Parts: sequence; C-alpha cells; structure tokens
Amino acid sequence: MRLTDLPLRQPAYVDMIDWSALTPSEGQRLREYGLCEGASVEALHHGGFLGKGPIACKVGRMTIAMRRNHAAAVTVRTGPDTGAQDEPA
Amino acid sequence: MSMLPLVALVGNPNAGKSALFNALTGARQKLGNYPGVTVERKAGRLALSDGRPVELVDLPGTYSLDPTSPDEQVTRDVVLGKQEGEKRPDALVIVVDASNLDNHLRFTLELIALGLPTVVALNMVDLATRDGLELDANILSRELGVPVISTVAVRKRGLDHLRQELDGLMNGAPAPYTARPAGDFDTTRNEARRIARAAIVRETPSRRLTAAVDRMLLHPVIGFVILLALLFVMFQAVFSWASAPADMLEGWVTALGEAVTNTLPPGIVHDFLLQGVVGGVGAVIVFLPQILILFFFILMLEATGYMARAAFIMDSLMARVGLSGRAFIPLLSSFACAVPGIMATRTISDPKDRLTTILIAPLMTCSARLPVYGLIISAFIPARTVGWGVGLQGLVMFLLYVFGIVGALVAAWALRLTVTKGESSGFLMEMPKYQWPRPQDLLIGLWQRAVIFLKRAGTIILFTNIVLWVLMSFPKAPDGVRQSEYSIAGRIAGGIHLLVEPIGFNRDISLALLPTMAAREVAVSAIATVYAIDAADDVEALDKGLGERLQGRWSLATALAFLAWFVFAPQCISTIAVTRRETAGWKWTGFMIGYLFVLAYAAAGITYWTAVALGLG
Ligand SMILES: Nc1nc2c(ncn2[C@@H]2O[C@H](COP(=O)(O)OP(=O)(O)OP(=O)(O)O)[C@@H](O)[C@H]2O)c(=O)[nH]1
Ligand SMILES: [Mg+2]
Repeated sequence: MRLTDLPLRQPAYVDMIDWSALTPSEGQRLREYGLCEGASVEALHHGGFLGKGPIACKVGRMTIAMRRNHAAAVTVRTGPDTGAQDEPA
Repeated sequence: MSMLPLVALVGNPNAGKSALFNALTGARQKLGNYPGVTVERKAGRLALSDGRPVELVDLPGTYSLDPTSPDEQVTRDVVLGKQEGEKRPDALVIVVDASNLDNHLRFTLELIALGLPTVVALNMVDLATRDGLELDANILSRELGVPVISTVAVRKRGLDHLRQELDGLMNGAPAPYTARPAGDFDTTRNEARRIARAAIVRETPSRRLTAAVDRMLLHPVIGFVILLALLFVMFQAVFSWASAPADMLEGWVTALGEAVTNTLPPGIVHDFLLQGVVGGVGAVIVFLPQILILFFFILMLEATGYMARAAFIMDSLMARVGLSGRAFIPLLSSFACAVPGIMATRTISDPKDRLTTILIAPLMTCSARLPVYGLIISAFIPARTVGWGVGLQGLVMFLLYVFGIVGALVAAWALRLTVTKGESSGFLMEMPKYQWPRPQDLLIGLWQRAVIFLKRAGTIILFTNIVLWVLMSFPKAPDGVRQSEYSIAGRIAGGIHLLVEPIGFNRDISLALLPTMAAREVAVSAIATVYAIDAADDVEALDKGLGERLQGRWSLATALAFLAWFVFAPQCISTIAVTRRETAGWKWTGFMIGYLFVLAYAAAGITYWTAVALGLG
C-alpha cells in the first residue's frame, strides 16, 4: 500500500521507496529525515481541501510534511516489523 | 582573519544551536521553534576558564554536509574551512536534540568522522523527558567516542560542564577517545539508530500533545479558518489594545512640544525643535505600541512552532502560484520586516522558487508601514464597530494586509509564468514539537524590538526629517504663499507632483515620497513636519491633531490612493540593498523596483479613480 493510502494513525513500516520518482535533492532530503526501507511511519494528518494537500507523517520520532506525489513514491506495510535493514544482526 | 581559536556550533535545524550560542556568549541571536531560523554565520566571544578568549560561531542548521540550500552551504563551507577569509574551526560543538536522537545522531557521526576535536551537547533533555525518554549521556559518549554533555540551553543548564569540556579541548588535552571512520549514508544511519537505542535507557509512552493539537491546526478547513482568525485578531488587537498607550505617548509628545515653546524664544531653533524634531519624529514614535503588539503576535507564532503549521496549511494555495508552503515562512517573517524575510529565503533550495519569493517579499506589509496605515486609518476611518465587537479600523487594517498577501500571490503566479518559469518544486519540511514560549523570552524579544524602533526613530528617521525640515524652511515664503510649497523641497515636490497628480496625490504626498525611500515611517514624520511648518502662523491649527489636519486637506479618495500606493511601493533602501546582495546583482533588484513601482502606481490610480467615481473625491 502507498503511504498516501495508509489510514491515519496506523503504525506501519516502509517497504520500498521509488527513488526514481523523486529528484536527487528530494531523495536526499527524505533520506536525511530518516525515511528509508524499514523505517517506521505513521500518517498523522492529510492537509488541503479534499485531501489534496500535503501529508504530515511520523518517521521515527520526527514529524515531517511532504506532498502527495512524494508520499505516493513510498510503499508501506502494516503489521509487525520484520525489516532486516533496520536491525543489522 | 581572527587569530582566536575558532569553535563552531553545528547540528540539525532546530536543535538549539542559537539558544546555546546565546547562553554561552551572552548574545541575542534570534531563536524560533521552526527549522531554518539562522541563515548566516554569526560570531561571538566566549572566555575559557583560564580567561583565554575563544571565537564561537553559530551556524545554520543542516541535515548533512551535502547542502541543498544556500543556508546549508554556509555551514558546510565554514565546517570544512572553505569559507573565504576564514580558517577551519579548531573544534566543534555538535548540538543534538535529545528527543530526536535517532535522526540527529546520523549527522553527528558524519561530523565526528571529520576528526576535529569535538564535544556533543545533548540538548533539550527537558523535552525528551516530557516525551517519556530517559537517556544516558555516558553510554552515548562511550558509543560516539567523544564527550557528551546534557544541556537545556534555554534554562542555561549544563553550561558549566560544557565550558569545562571546551577548556580541555582547547588546551589540547588529548581526548581519551578515538575518531571513527566515516561510513556511507546507510551505514551511519543504522549505526546512529543502534547508538540511540543503546542510549535510551527507558521509554514510557507519553501523551502526544503535538499530534492532538495538530489535529485541529492542520485540519484542512478548521486549520485554515484558525490561520485567518489569528491574522484577523492580530490586526484588531493592533488597533484596540494600542489606543490607551498610544494616547499616553501622544500626550507626552504634546507636552514636550509645549515645553519647547515655553522655554525657547521664538526663532529658528524653536521652530527646528518643534516642527522638525518633536513634531516629526514624535508623530512616528506614538506608533510604538502598535508595533509592539504586532511583534508580540509574530514572536508567539515563531516560538510556539506554529510557523511550520502555517506553511503546511498554505502549501496547497502556494502550489497554485508555483511556490511551496516553505516560502510562506519568509513571507510571514516579512510582516516584521522584509529584510530578514528575504534573508530567510536562503532556506529554499530551488533557485527559481527562492528568487520568486525574494521578489514578492516586499509586498508583505512590514512593520514600517504600520505607522503610515495607522495614521491614515485613524484619520479617515471612523473608530466604530461593525457588529460582533469587530472594529472598523482593525478591519480595514486586516484588509490592507490581505491586499498585500493576495498581491504577493498574484505576483508570484505571474512571475512563475514568465520570468521565473521552471519546474515547480516540492514541499518537504520538518514539523517541530510545540513549545510554550517563555514569558521572559517574549519580553526580551519585545524589548529588543522597542530599542530597534526607537533607534530608527532617533537616527535615520530623525536625520531624514532634519534634512527635510531645512529644505522645507528655506527660502522663507512671502505672505500669502504656503511655506511648504515655496521652499526648496516644495519646488522639488512640485516636479514629482506632476507625475503623481493623475493618481490623486496632492503636494504634501509628493513632498513625502522622496524622503520616504530612506525609511517608510518618514512618510508620517514628513507629513507631520509639513503641517507643523504651514501651521506655524496659525495658532488654531497647532491645537489640532495630525489626523484632524489631514481630514481638512485630503479627500478620502486621495487617502485611499495613498494607502494603495504603500501596499506596493518598494520604498525602502534596506530592502533594495539586501535584494541586491541576495540576488548577487542589480538585474533582479532593478526588476523588482520597477515592477513594484508600476504596481503601486496602478493600484493607487485605480483606487483613486474608482473612489472619485463613487463620489468620494
Ligand atoms: N525546551 C527546550 N527548548 C529549547 C532548548 N534549546 C532551544 N530550545 C528552543 O528550541 C527552539 C529552537 O532553538 P534554536 O536555538 O533557534 O535552534 P537552532 O538550532 O539555532 O535552529 P536553526 O537556526 O533553525 O538551525 C527555540 O524555540 C528555543 O527556544 C532546550 O534545551 N529545551
Ligand atoms: Mg539558529
């Protein structure tokens, strides 16, 4: 499921990010915000009339805002964390 | 180049670097609870315990040493010693937000890998505690390989300890720590998470205050209404709260004028003091309460963390005109003054976005326009309510601000379609946690603003007005001719008058237009001086307030046209200078001056002609 479709306040994990849908500097900024495969995310607020505005979501301990086209590049999964990348053995 | 040892404060945005800088050096750098407050390098002095001075520099926050915007570039250049005429720092103080450890430690690791002597300030431990986090600085220090000191910058906690560590670093005491090699981005991030997990010894779930408040403030409809309501209350307050203290100030100014009249014999010194100084500058100073009320609101917005929310709410609208919500922060800052507003555009990464924002920033109503609006509104708009306790004067003020905002958005839209055409950029922003502003910080902020305003009144406004008074007082007019028209200034104004007569400006306004370039408030002092000089032989006129005298000489259509002019006209040398610096040249600066004057002329003209057609001329 895409981050844009994730119900509000439902904890999830990032499955995959389509970096090609982002410009290099946007990709870098998202990475710097801690968004990466395996990171925990939670959608908090949808902004703008008719939900067409930006999305505020929690990544780790941080709240960030991004536009829907960026959020659509992020695939998430709900359920328990099995993200191997998050926790190197 | 200073020969003092150089220590740089670095870290993520909003970690509390400037707060720590202020606490360590006694400086008063601007703080704000949103990312991107500091946009340039600022230096200060710090004394080590043996009395040796050290130069401490506060830097813009950044997420890595790979800059994506001009402010971050500054930080990278300073830290890597690439800044022109500046040596590489001898040591780093890395400031980390304890409540956001996982994220901030990644950049910390990147910085530690530079191999400079380093100490980490684990700041905002109070917020971490509020979030139910308990951290162990010793574990953190062991894992990072550098000393870690817990601090609460705004409460000056942990500062002695931090100074001691700096002592050690600067005295070359070999740190018992070893530098760690840099890894790639993912490696450092995973390492940062591991270390954060190790350092957090306890985590109790806490109330999520910020998320709960955001549910209202970020709501697509409610949030937007709240933003509008905030601005509305702000301008109502500017009028209704200010009236009592403003009357008091006006009483003082009048008393001072009477004192001048009573103690000095009639003559040139008397006239100069009464008309040029007390009358002119006094007319500006009475607006101090209104300006402080405006700043009270701006400081509250900045300190609570609301700025980032305003950006979030405005993003959809800003996207329509080819900008992003991030541009709304410099625009809101421009309510105070366009100069810091234009500086704040350094946080915008896309160059065309940034340029557009610079070009429209002067359209936001800055505090220097407040006296001009205030004078005209109180003279021509009756002080009555329009129902529900809403004052008409405050409403007109609100409309003038809205006029500026709408003008700015339309201008952005037009610019983005033509001269600053380009891909529209995205909106990515960190949303800080809410904080209650501390009363003493607010008071200090207001005090600073009062000092700045009074200094302005006592220097540039006073100086411009003295020059104007001299030009207006000579040569002496023969009987029956108005002094303000016969004088040198009057003759120059006569030339300008030819240009602005079609848009309804009278001779008084023509006279004020040129000196107003120095500072917008001069419009008020200049007009006050014109009337003082012309009223010198007219005892009755002296007793009237400036507003009353305006009513006698201006039509409502002229007054409205004058207001419309002030919404758009780029009448401010400092704004022009900072635009030249930030756009690195005269090309865009000249463009800005040109398009704003054309807009101002058109807006004043349309207002005047419409008003005359409606019978208000
Ligand atoms: N509760 C708490 N608030 C703090 C502390 N240190 C700073 N603040 C507040 O956090 C906000 C950010 O502080 P700044 O010093 O402006 O942050 P900065 O790192 O300089 O931010 P940029 O200049 O944007 O990079 C301000 O509102 C400060 O008042 C702290 O230790 N505890
Ligand atoms: Mg700062």
